[in-house]
Amino acid sequence: MSIVRAENIKKRYIQGKVEVHALRGVSVNIDQGEFVAMAGPSGSGKTTVLNIIGGIDNPDSGQVIVDGNNYSDMTQSKLAELRLNKIGFVFQAYNLIPVLSAEENVEYIMLLQGVSAKERKKKARAILDDVGLEGKYSRRPSELSGGQQQRVAVARAIVSNPAIILADEPTANLDSKTGESLLDMMKKMNREKDVTFIFSTHDNMVMEYAKRIVKLKDGQIENDIIKDK
Amino acid sequence: MSTDMKMAFRNIWRSPVRTILTLSAIAFAAIILVFMVSFQLGSYEIMVNSSVKIYTGHIRIQAEGYREKRNMRFVISSPERIAKTVEKIEEIKSYSFRANGFSLVSSENRARGVLVTGIDPEGEAEISTISGLIRKGEYLAPGDRDKVLIGRLLARNLKVGINDELTILGQGKDGSIAAGIVTVKGIFSSGIDDFDRSTVQVPLSYFNDLFYMDGAVHEIVCTADSLFDVNKIKRLLKANLSEKKQKKVVVLDWKELLPGLVQGIQLDLASAAIFYFILVLVVAFSILNTFLMAILERTKEFGVMLALGVKPNRLFKLVLMESSFLTLTGVITGVVVGCAITFWFQTHGIDLAGASEILKEYGMSGIVYPKLSIVSALAGPLLVFVITICAALYPAFKVKKLVPVDAIRSI
Repeated sequence: MSIVRAENIKKRYIQGKVEVHALRGVSVNIDQGEFVAMAGPSGSGKTTVLNIIGGIDNPDSGQVIVDGNNYSDMTQSKLAELRLNKIGFVFQAYNLIPVLSAEENVEYIMLLQGVSAKERKKKARAILDDVGLEGKYSRRPSELSGGQQQRVAVARAIVSNPAIILADEPTANLDSKTGESLLDMMKKMNREKDVTFIFSTHDNMVMEYAKRIVKLKDGQIENDIIKDK
Repeated sequence: MSTDMKMAFRNIWRSPVRTILTLSAIAFAAIILVFMVSFQLGSYEIMVNSSVKIYTGHIRIQAEGYREKRNMRFVISSPERIAKTVEKIEEIKSYSFRANGFSLVSSENRARGVLVTGIDPEGEAEISTISGLIRKGEYLAPGDRDKVLIGRLLARNLKVGINDELTILGQGKDGSIAAGIVTVKGIFSSGIDDFDRSTVQVPLSYFNDLFYMDGAVHEIVCTADSLFDVNKIKRLLKANLSEKKQKKVVVLDWKELLPGLVQGIQLDLASAAIFYFILVLVVAFSILNTFLMAILERTKEFGVMLALGVKPNRLFKLVLMESSFLTLTGVITGVVVGCAITFWFQTHGIDLAGASEILKEYGMSGIVYPKLSIVSALAGPLLVFVITICAALYPAFKVKKLVPVDAIRSI
């Protein structure tokens, strides 16, 4: 069953006086539990696809349906609710809230969802333990390494029980060993919790981990490869 | 503490130097306002009390039309009857009768037109500070008859001293000529030049005989313990006097008796209010700049929060909460420090020796005591709070309107 359905998405930007066609009609279906990499060189449109699927950017034309919700029918407020409950984000630069500790960053999403304080604490600690951050609950982002921050970001993304997790070049700022360990962890979550992961990347290691690679070039899908199991 | 409050508090302290500078600007504005408003109120009170206590009194009861026409025949015929009403009002501290006549007063060498006032020496000492302002000679005693007190400038103009004789020539209540010879018993200096130049005070009994008053007086002057009691006294007097059918008398308070002083205070207040507003506006603009910088630095963070599902209204509240914490802390600090400084000066006074000539015009000494009150402690800081919060609304609205993807892309 398709968890993400994008149909003929087009997007253009104006950069100064130049019109840039970021997406020229991208259509893609992603099923529940897939581990997909959107690959391609810089400027190919992979981050734009992720942003549009995540509902933080609007396509000029085409439609996006995530877990049965058609974005074109939704208000900004409804989109915010959808992002909160159905979509998890992992950014290249981790983007944790700097004034909150690791535990509070993870709890914050549940706070927005209305989860009780006791439940939040229990769940946040359990998930931080799962990503290998036992005992580092009260550390602020500035007191964690890049790899540890990205693990907190993954914990934050997964704690809300989302339908999909969108990860924009999650390993770009990490050394290969840390990146590999992070991908192992994501793969484990994908396998054990059946969470759908969609990456944007040009890192070969990520592509090796992916079960499916959607290659983009100049705003169009060049090829869509599903690896053999 | 809720997570949002915790975040707001921590965000404030992300840049301690900037926060301390902003807090200092807010606190400084509040301190200035607390002190300046207290100083103004203190100087007004001194001005009013000086004028009131030297001669005017807080309240005067006069015959209807006397204030406008100053006609000798507009009198209170039975002052004792009104005095009984006055005595029943607890808030009236003291009262005394007065009668006035414009006359020509001449010494051996010179003559001047003056206001001769008949006073009850004992009663007058309760309502006026003249008895304490005698610079030469003595104050009038209860048994005195043809003795007078004159102002320092009048004594100089007439070239008279203690025990010199003066001739008073005026018109009695019945239209006949009032003439008498009196002796200077005391010379006073009130600090109000006009008053010191044109006032002669004689015992009321002597005035009564000299001007053929038949026991009538022109006014009953009352004083209160505090300016705040004046309105109540006026209301009670009016009610009681109309009950007793004393329709031909009017009750005037110090604001009606000293309109120039009231206008002076109003003008001073208005110009000060403009100055204060500009001061607060300057502070508000510098704070707006700080808030905008803080928001600009965190645009990406706000974008990420929006992407995670935080609703724009929640971000708006978070930003406003931060501004409110900052403003409130600054204002509270300003009020506390401002009150402490003002209180110290309220106790010790501020010596304005350089401005003593101007202050003398209002009958004030060279030392001004700021008057700390709820109004002076809170009015200015409240203005700072309101304008600063208004300044904080702009960046908060900017945050509310952020588009997640654009915000995330920002540096």
